[in-house]
Amino acid sequence: MARYSGLRVLTEGLRGNSGWKPAWRKAAPRPSYDVIVVGGGGHGLATAFYLASVHGITNVAVVERGLVGQGNTGRNTTIVRSNYLFPENNHFYEHALKLWEGLEQSLNYNVMMSQRGVINLFHNDAQRNAALRRGNSMRLNGIDAELLDRDGVKAMCPIVDLDNGRYPVMGGLLQRRGGTARHDAVAWGFAHAADARGVDIIEHCEVTGMIVEGGAIQGLRTTRGEIRAPKVGLAVAGSTSTLTAMAGFDVPIETHLLQAFVSEGLKPLIDCVVTFGAGHFYVSQSDKGGLVFGGGLDGYPSYGQRGTLPTAEHVYAAGVSMIPALGRLRGLRSWAGVMDMTPDGSPYICKTPVRGLYMTAGWCYGGFKATPGSGWCHAWTIAKDAPHRLNAAHTLDRFREGRMLDERGNGPFFWAQ
Amino acid sequence: MLRIPCPHCGARDEVEFTYRGDATVARPAPDAGTDAFHDYLYLRRNPRGWQVEWWQHHGGCRAFLKVLRHTVTHEVRGVVTATGALEAPQA
Amino acid sequence: MTQRHRLAAGGHVDRAHRLGFTFDGRRYEGHAGDTLASALLANGVRLVGRSFKYHRPRGIYSAGVEEPNALVELRSGARREPNTRATVAELFDGLDATSQNHRGSLAFDWMAVSGLLAPWLGAGFYYKTFMWPAAFWERLYEPMIRKAAGLGRAAALPDPDRYEAAHAHCDVLVVGAGAAGLAAARAAGMTGARVMVLEQDFLLGGDLLNDAAHDAWRTGTIAALAAMPGVTIMRRTMAFGFYDQKVLGAVEQVADHLPEPPPHTPRQRSWTIRAKEVVLATGAHERLIAFPGNDRPGIMLAGAARTYARRYGVRAGETAVLFATHDAAYESAFALAEGGTRIAGIIDPRTDSVAMQRAREAGFTVRAGSVVTGTIGGKALRGVEIGALGSGSRGDALPADLLMISGGWNPAVHLASMAGTPLRWDDSLLAFVPGEGAWQRSAGACGGVHGTGAAARDGAEAGRAAAVAAGFVAGADVPLPEAPAADHRPFALWEVKAGGKAFVDLQDDVTANDIRLAHREGFSHIEHAKRYTTHAMGTDQGKVGGLVGAAVLADARREPVASVGLPRYRPYAAPITWGAMAGGEVGQNFQPVRRTALHSEHDALGAVWMDAGLWKRAAYYPRPGDADAWASVKREARAVRERVGVCDVSTLGKIAVEGPDAATFLDRVYANTFSTLPIGRARYGLMLREDGIVFDDGTTTRLGPDRFFVTTTTAQAGPVMQHLEFHLASAWPDLDVSLASVTDQWAAMSVAGPRARAVIAAVVQGLDVANEAFPFMAVADCVVAGVPARLFRISFSGELAYEIAMPAGYAGHVWKAVMEAGAPHGIEPYGVEALGLLRIEKGHVAGSEINGQTTAQDLGLGRMLKKKGDFIGRVLAQRPGLTDPARPRLVGLRSVDPNRQIRAGSHLLVDGQDQGWITSATQSVVDPGWIGLGMLRDGDARIGSEIVAANPLMGEEVPVKVVTPHGYDAENLRVRA
Repeated sequence: MARYSGLRVLTEGLRGNSGWKPAWRKAAPRPSYDVIVVGGGGHGLATAFYLASVHGITNVAVVERGLVGQGNTGRNTTIVRSNYLFPENNHFYEHALKLWEGLEQSLNYNVMMSQRGVINLFHNDAQRNAALRRGNSMRLNGIDAELLDRDGVKAMCPIVDLDNGRYPVMGGLLQRRGGTARHDAVAWGFAHAADARGVDIIEHCEVTGMIVEGGAIQGLRTTRGEIRAPKVGLAVAGSTSTLTAMAGFDVPIETHLLQAFVSEGLKPLIDCVVTFGAGHFYVSQSDKGGLVFGGGLDGYPSYGQRGTLPTAEHVYAAGVSMIPALGRLRGLRSWAGVMDMTPDGSPYICKTPVRGLYMTAGWCYGGFKATPGSGWCHAWTIAKDAPHRLNAAHTLDRFREGRMLDERGNGPFFWAQ
Repeated sequence: MLRIPCPHCGARDEVEFTYRGDATVARPAPDAGTDAFHDYLYLRRNPRGWQVEWWQHHGGCRAFLKVLRHTVTHEVRGVVTATGALEAPQA
Repeated sequence: MTQRHRLAAGGHVDRAHRLGFTFDGRRYEGHAGDTLASALLANGVRLVGRSFKYHRPRGIYSAGVEEPNALVELRSGARREPNTRATVAELFDGLDATSQNHRGSLAFDWMAVSGLLAPWLGAGFYYKTFMWPAAFWERLYEPMIRKAAGLGRAAALPDPDRYEAAHAHCDVLVVGAGAAGLAAARAAGMTGARVMVLEQDFLLGGDLLNDAAHDAWRTGTIAALAAMPGVTIMRRTMAFGFYDQKVLGAVEQVADHLPEPPPHTPRQRSWTIRAKEVVLATGAHERLIAFPGNDRPGIMLAGAARTYARRYGVRAGETAVLFATHDAAYESAFALAEGGTRIAGIIDPRTDSVAMQRAREAGFTVRAGSVVTGTIGGKALRGVEIGALGSGSRGDALPADLLMISGGWNPAVHLASMAGTPLRWDDSLLAFVPGEGAWQRSAGACGGVHGTGAAARDGAEAGRAAAVAAGFVAGADVPLPEAPAADHRPFALWEVKAGGKAFVDLQDDVTANDIRLAHREGFSHIEHAKRYTTHAMGTDQGKVGGLVGAAVLADARREPVASVGLPRYRPYAAPITWGAMAGGEVGQNFQPVRRTALHSEHDALGAVWMDAGLWKRAAYYPRPGDADAWASVKREARAVRERVGVCDVSTLGKIAVEGPDAATFLDRVYANTFSTLPIGRARYGLMLREDGIVFDDGTTTRLGPDRFFVTTTTAQAGPVMQHLEFHLASAWPDLDVSLASVTDQWAAMSVAGPRARAVIAAVVQGLDVANEAFPFMAVADCVVAGVPARLFRISFSGELAYEIAMPAGYAGHVWKAVMEAGAPHGIEPYGVEALGLLRIEKGHVAGSEINGQTTAQDLGLGRMLKKKGDFIGRVLAQRPGLTDPARPRLVGLRSVDPNRQIRAGSHLLVDGQDQGWITSATQSVVDPGWIGLGMLRDGDARIGSEIVAANPLMGEEVPVKVVTPHGYDAENLRVRA
């Protein structure tokens, strides 16, 4: 397949753009593969890409119930960052962020990774102390973090109302290398690059059963027939519990809904990603001009991909409280994703009780930023049948052992993480 | 928006209620062991369909209620008080 | 300035009422009843905006919410609203609008050069380039793209207007007040049902407003509705979303038609409406036809041209061509001809039809079997090129300054779809119509029933059925309008392929070729094609061209449109104002403020406030002479250590736990034992979560055999209450215990310091407070300053201390009495900061240490866990990860150089390795210098060693000494004194 480049855009333009080929083949399933990855979202496609590009395993199928990138990959708020407290998490996310930084070049696809900076505002001493502890943990682990005072916040994001009447802003924790990426392009770019390395991407292929014999996975039953493989990786946000139930075990996941919103297009207004510390709200501006924003969970389990009004109203109210200039703008569209919430807010990239079955799951509402890192570690775990040190702590068993990765101390409550 | 018919107070908006987890898991006996407590606290069936859940009517009678709700359509089909019985239909 | 395109008579504008307005700085005049769009057209203004990508000149395309082109910045200064659709902006005197998205003037936008680059700016071009070198993306390419993208400019100033939220319930909610909606409302209203009617327009009637023949029925029906007490009609109110269980969201534009909101009036109001039954009568949106140059100013949807003529009395052009695929659109030609527009020709791909015959009889030239193959003009349309259907070649041209187009009508199914109604392809209307829906009835054009008479009949039936479903008995028939039905069934012509840019999405500049390119690159599913091309993602959400794009895709896929489908409909039906969604709970009203009963006492003392959750608490009380905040805090703390101080502790959570099984219950929820607590005594208690992590701490008192009084920390008051209620209901419903939160009923103050007893003795009546009679941890009911109160001998500061609890209403009185009694002893009020200083000196843990990540062992409280009996958290606290000796332990810390500050959030480095962190830090008054508490690996073993507190964020590395956290009065002699 011909590479994408500015020159090619130029020459194709001169020929009426008639020479472009599909970004990835519409593959049909073959009877067997070395590895099947279930889930054609960012995490699944990234898993396949890194299996091929890092481990040389190219006899790989990605099976997807619907379309590439139409799950949470295509319905999130596109934020990328690695500003975590625990070394187990911040090393993993930093690895992901480094992969993001070279992703265009490794995929030959412009995912518009834009390091615009991510600011978490804080409003009182306790929040500032927590930000200091987290930022210092990042710095001590070699990750960029800066403490902003009020003037620093004002300089980065002038329309934030520092004296918002209820919870004045005290400062912010900035990760300058954080930012946003174009979510659809991430899925398409991984699909394009995995396909170029021989991976079969099989859309409209729903898993209906797991073939498990003697405690080991043998393959999958799908709506497009049986597909055999000695190794299967699950990357199916929102459907993890359904699939593990087919394999005969339950997991520590409860699926919740999270709404996101976009405004009408505007000339540049907000240059960074900024999160409110006194309520559930965060916002950034896409390259197309829409403000992309969101808040917290609606608070109850749902697979409905549909949110309700009270949570939306809180998000909008928090937005106006943080930035009163938003009041006159307009919301254009809202949508909701399904969040696999875990009891400590941290994910699973691990082996499972079934031999040969692996998963990357439980991403709560932070999966997008992890995409390349999740795929990279998942691929490693599948290829080596053992976790990489970056995901060694992210097991299903950590709760049996009492080794939770609860960054905010919110406790074993799926809906509170 | 969810509207939940509280047996004490009548139908009210979701903002008066707080979800408090799957009501089909029960706290094990004190001597049941670590695995039993692990499963009670962490493992979830997480159905795509009907689920019996704990909801507290915090903005009303404060009672903990069992609510039969569908996790795709959000339909609420039954609400009973804490000691009442409520079963999810199969499939 | 004359309104040279205004008709002499007709329509629903008040010609006697003139309104002045400006557009791009030029002054114009319109009438009451105009929109900005109709007033601009009346003044002959055709060019109103520039398109998103190619900056092509654009005019007014529609007459409603579906407008893709005529977006303006309305008003100025802090009230500037970008992207306002001129077609729905109600004209008011002094209205001030500016065109947007151009550099240079609207007429000479130098960004229009991007149109020449179109071959290289097709769908998704940016995914394939701008990748090298990597660093250039943020520095060069992206800033360029961002500057070029976007539509209007935000004011970037605080919005001066106010918004509010409102709630309503009704039996039948009718959305839309056209023929179907009005008939539905009347039929439902006649049954006695409570009916609400929402109409986004400022006039009721919808398409009825476009035909004077319907005026009598319209006004008669409105009058009949007005006479029904159960019917509420809300104009200027747009239903934007249909949510679970028949709850709809709507925004009412209360004051947008005025220069600014009158005093005490919000600009907009957001409604949450809970309906028993819903009738949707939202009408239909006319769709465009894709042909080269289908976007020039002067090209307009046929129905819109008719609306401008009939409703607004405005001639949208002098010489018009109609390009239509169905009979109903011919009404536009007749309507414009009535107003004096010359109809240069009617272009119709069909061979023959009833309307064609009528048009010919009326003297119009009809070109059957023809299509528009191109348009002539730049900033205004000058002519229309015509060719034979299917030939693909351009034929002759007709001069025209107005081209009216209609490719058919799409039912406005957005709300129905959000309500979970499946959509069904209608082969005669060539559109998706709602199927059976559990939550709504679609009536009239939104249900695919066109024509005034038929729509009204459909509406009446839906209204009656809805009322019956809501429990009412059907009433008499409602009168219906007489109207001949026009045929809305179109010929299937979606695109004229004749070379050149044929737009399917005008706002985002998506062409039919872009859709085909997406298909060629494999983005063949409608959801992929939408995302790849940005088709139907503009502010109009594809209302005008969405289905046309789907049809172009279907053609490329060689499949029927029905199987290609449409992207999933999501909220909102049309864009909604951020401020309205936010309502009134913004700024200082973002969250409620909780004030203690002693708030005014602190205020009078000049307290500096701090937020503690929703509470306002006194941080400290500055006095003249205090050098800085630390001076005040240390002065207050010193008063407690040396004399006596008083502190408001009312925010602590208080829970009454009563009943025969109260003691059993507390034994199960606390890690330590309460059943052995004597009556009249308090005990420090520790609660774990079920996962074995420490949840909360506090003192709990036994007031009687079956009566306990639990206190919690301020932050966890709510969670602890819920935790207790949950376990009582779910795990131990057999226990006979009742719980009541009494936080707000009792105010409390702590009187602490060596002279506390003297002060307490002076205010307490009926109780011997001598050490022997009322020892540490004693509790008794008594009278304080004449007020019934409860006295606790408990201490957080490490000094002799008492806590007085009294009914909140008496708190001010008791405070004054304590201050008066304490005056001879040098009493000082102390705030939360001094409280923190004192507890850190004493080594008491608080929220910084009980942070949801620490165990009892971590905090040095492991021996509190009872050995026998069940309690929450007992089992899982024994997991290896939580009993691991390598876990960080609570330690005390002291800055080696007393002048070097240490801070909470710094990490503790041992030989350069990160081994823990500082949880709390303060200056000490006992032993001046900086001290703190922290969590440190091997903490117990490291007491006495010197390590480093590292704070790289602030560039600090401070040597600290590890000490015992309980350095101050380790034997607890002072609290027992």
